[in-house]
Amino acid sequence: MKTIFEEHEAGRGTEYLPSRKVDLGAYLPAGEIRSELALPELSEVQAVRHFTGLSRRNYGVDTGFYPLGSCTMKYNPKINEDTARLPGFAQLHPYQPEETVQGALQMMWELQRDLGEITGMDAVSLQPAAGAHGELTGILIVRAYHESRRDAGRTQVIVPDSAHGTNPATAAMAGFEVVHVPSDERGGVDVDALRQLASEKTAALMLTNPNTLGVFDERITEIAEIIHAAGGLLYYDGANLNAVLGHSRPGDMGFDIVHLNLHKTFSTPHGGGGPGAGPVGVKAHLRDFLPMPIVTNENGHFHLSYDLKNSIGQMRSFYGNFGVLVRAYTYIRALGGEGLREVADDAVLNANYVLSLIKDHFDVPFDRIPKHEFVVAPPEDLVRQQGVKTLDIAKRLLDFDYHPPTVYFPLIVHEAMMIEPTETETKETLKGFADTLNRIVDEGRENPEYVKTAPHNTVVGRLDEARAVKEPKLLERLGG
Amino acid sequence: MRFTPHTEEDRREMLRQIGASSVDELFSDLPAAVRLDRPLNLPDGLPESEVARLLSSLAARDFDMGKYVSFLGGGAYDRYVPSVVGEMLRRSEFYTAYTPYQPEISQGTLQAIFEFQSLIAALTGLDIAQASLYDGATAVAEAAMLAWGQTGRERIVVARSVDPQYRAVLRTYAHGRGLEVVELPLRDGRAAAEDIAGAAEGAACVIVQHPNFFGLLEDVDSLVKATHDKGALYIAVADPISLAVLRPPGAYGADVAVGEAQGLGIAASFGGPYLGFMAARQTYLRRLPGRIVGETADKDGNRGYVLTFQTREQHIRREKATSNICTNQGLMALAATIYTTLLGPDGLRQAASLSIEGAHRLGDGIGGTQGVDLAFSGPYAFEVALRGKASVKDVQAAMLKAGMLGPLDLERFYPELPGHMLLSVTEKRTTEEIAKLLDVLQGVEA
Repeated sequence: MKTIFEEHEAGRGTEYLPSRKVDLGAYLPAGEIRSELALPELSEVQAVRHFTGLSRRNYGVDTGFYPLGSCTMKYNPKINEDTARLPGFAQLHPYQPEETVQGALQMMWELQRDLGEITGMDAVSLQPAAGAHGELTGILIVRAYHESRRDAGRTQVIVPDSAHGTNPATAAMAGFEVVHVPSDERGGVDVDALRQLASEKTAALMLTNPNTLGVFDERITEIAEIIHAAGGLLYYDGANLNAVLGHSRPGDMGFDIVHLNLHKTFSTPHGGGGPGAGPVGVKAHLRDFLPMPIVTNENGHFHLSYDLKNSIGQMRSFYGNFGVLVRAYTYIRALGGEGLREVADDAVLNANYVLSLIKDHFDVPFDRIPKHEFVVAPPEDLVRQQGVKTLDIAKRLLDFDYHPPTVYFPLIVHEAMMIEPTETETKETLKGFADTLNRIVDEGRENPEYVKTAPHNTVVGRLDEARAVKEPKLLERLGG
Repeated sequence: MRFTPHTEEDRREMLRQIGASSVDELFSDLPAAVRLDRPLNLPDGLPESEVARLLSSLAARDFDMGKYVSFLGGGAYDRYVPSVVGEMLRRSEFYTAYTPYQPEISQGTLQAIFEFQSLIAALTGLDIAQASLYDGATAVAEAAMLAWGQTGRERIVVARSVDPQYRAVLRTYAHGRGLEVVELPLRDGRAAAEDIAGAAEGAACVIVQHPNFFGLLEDVDSLVKATHDKGALYIAVADPISLAVLRPPGAYGADVAVGEAQGLGIAASFGGPYLGFMAARQTYLRRLPGRIVGETADKDGNRGYVLTFQTREQHIRREKATSNICTNQGLMALAATIYTTLLGPDGLRQAASLSIEGAHRLGDGIGGTQGVDLAFSGPYAFEVALRGKASVKDVQAAMLKAGMLGPLDLERFYPELPGHMLLSVTEKRTTEEIAKLLDVLQGVEA
């Protein structure tokens, strides 16, 4: 497809604003006024066709099954899109006086309360803009907490070797040294190793539960005791909360701080890579460290409160990705507590169902009851003898109109494929996907070259990523 | 309302296949101590018609900018958004996709980001741009981290005339890395090159917004020179709408440009989601945070786009990554790309020019009012900073009574500016609305 720069033709633009001539020289020093502005001009119809064309070269949850592990690609209800666009939400300026935004503030206050109930936390900030941003907020709270106690020697954050890459990156951004704890043979935290690592230097442990292997760490209470006894805090990465909604709460597992991904668990769209939202919840003893402002309720009057004496400060402009918050609130009101528990039930049921259908065709590194997702690898003979790898299977799935699972993560499983079906898929979809995976394994043995050169039915074939680095072309300019 | 499709028969069959007797059995490995033994204490679920009613009634309590005429700005703007933008954003192939990890089926998102990077580079006059950041404030903080990584220096200098929320977020991020933040004082509402000489000794960067938070034009040439004299990076903060008519950061010597692109077709939406951007000179490519899209080809030579230079990023580099960011503001970058494509150079210039003209109509009219005065001297655009003889609260109340929103109380952020306030004008404000505002200001008692 052409780019907007290739579509450009001077004079094609449409008028969207009054064409009144403005003499900028009357207002600005001549030397400050820009003369060149090399932007493309397209007619409205050209632009509409261009972006419609781009959309057709994309694959979303509305296109088909998207079992991308760790990302919870569930269906995004359309009512959410309507409510977020109501003028009383979408057309609010963030600096409007409080008395003119009571509906918005009430929604936020209720969402803070509901997320607190769902996670077992006492106070919630809606400000963080994404999961990784929530993590940074949480770990800066860890830092501020220890500083407030003049406990300066706590320089280490412990992270499991199965963790998301954001965990160590976040700890480093907050100024901590990262210490890795290995996993045990059951896929959980190696508790003996953790005991050795926990010390007066420990600021926090970051944990996902169920973890990135999709298994619930049964020894979580023991883990919490070890960290707390050492004087550290326990941080919950909420990436996998979908698995335990209504069944178990991080607050009851012993966690002190939680971040949520509203774009995973609470059905807000992923947007092709954002916007998300990453609210952070804390136990009562950490409330004062939350970023500001938070929304308070005084007898039905809602306020933006800047009254937190140990606050880490502000994490972004204003109050959060408000439009995303409206969507998550809509979802929670639609489902209610019972509906949320059913989400976890079916997310776990679906994952177990798919696993049961493919486990004879794939290697299963941890023989456990998975929760909402699980990790498998292609059979060893296929990889070794035929040279068919996880990446090849993923690419071949594209030919059958499936989005592949997350591949090569977690790092502790060789040739990992991480499959998360989510709760919104039918039995037939799941069965069809499982059958296709099995078929590709068979095909890999019979005709490995065909699998290794997949995809065959997409708008472009496998792209040369090395060339993108060696001969970088990161943008286009008008006139080439 | 449920989005779980299984019938009881489906569940039975699936459990039979799994070899479990019940769904609860699949949760049997959760220790009793951590199980929730009661239902979640949340309102009952509702059918869609009731959800719609509930949300509409909440939204109806708000005074939105469709009904009230907004003169609020300061980093978020009520600009005209062509219908095409909203229509295209609802193409669900865009919004129900995730980060383009599988490029063969994500060429739409990838090409749109590539075009976004190209537009941002053109607007800022710089060599490269990345795929987006959360907002203007975090973009400023990330730029400071880039400068620290580049120079190894632990002092960050920021002009006090930079958006106060950007400075607040910068302080939060800087504290994490243990960096010191030093502010350049206000000199008649601006930064002064003389102040850089002392403050920027051993600094990684100097951060200046232009036009600044008060709408004033900074003396960028002298500020850039003073910054480079100290071996620090110059980080320009700019509203992309302003770059349609003002000399861009690349032309006046900035090393990095960041800012908030909400003005490019994104709803004010009570503060988010917005769109941070970052552009830089080529030298800093490997220090950029977040996603970058590049062009390449498949084996048959078909052009395609991929995420590239990923060795900077958290999923590869883990604790050594340039930032922890992964999810960014993809859909907002798409909105900005569509908006900028529709308006083109003439439309973008017109949006900026009409806004500046409106701000000056307001500023010129202020002279004739009793209650307020222009706060600072010198050229300005987009925003008008006022000093009140009347209290800010009285002005706010009088405007609200007349069906208008504004002004922003500056004392909230600047204790040294009591009684100061900020009004903003976009291309949406008509001559009549501005005249009416002047009438209201005229009527406020000093």
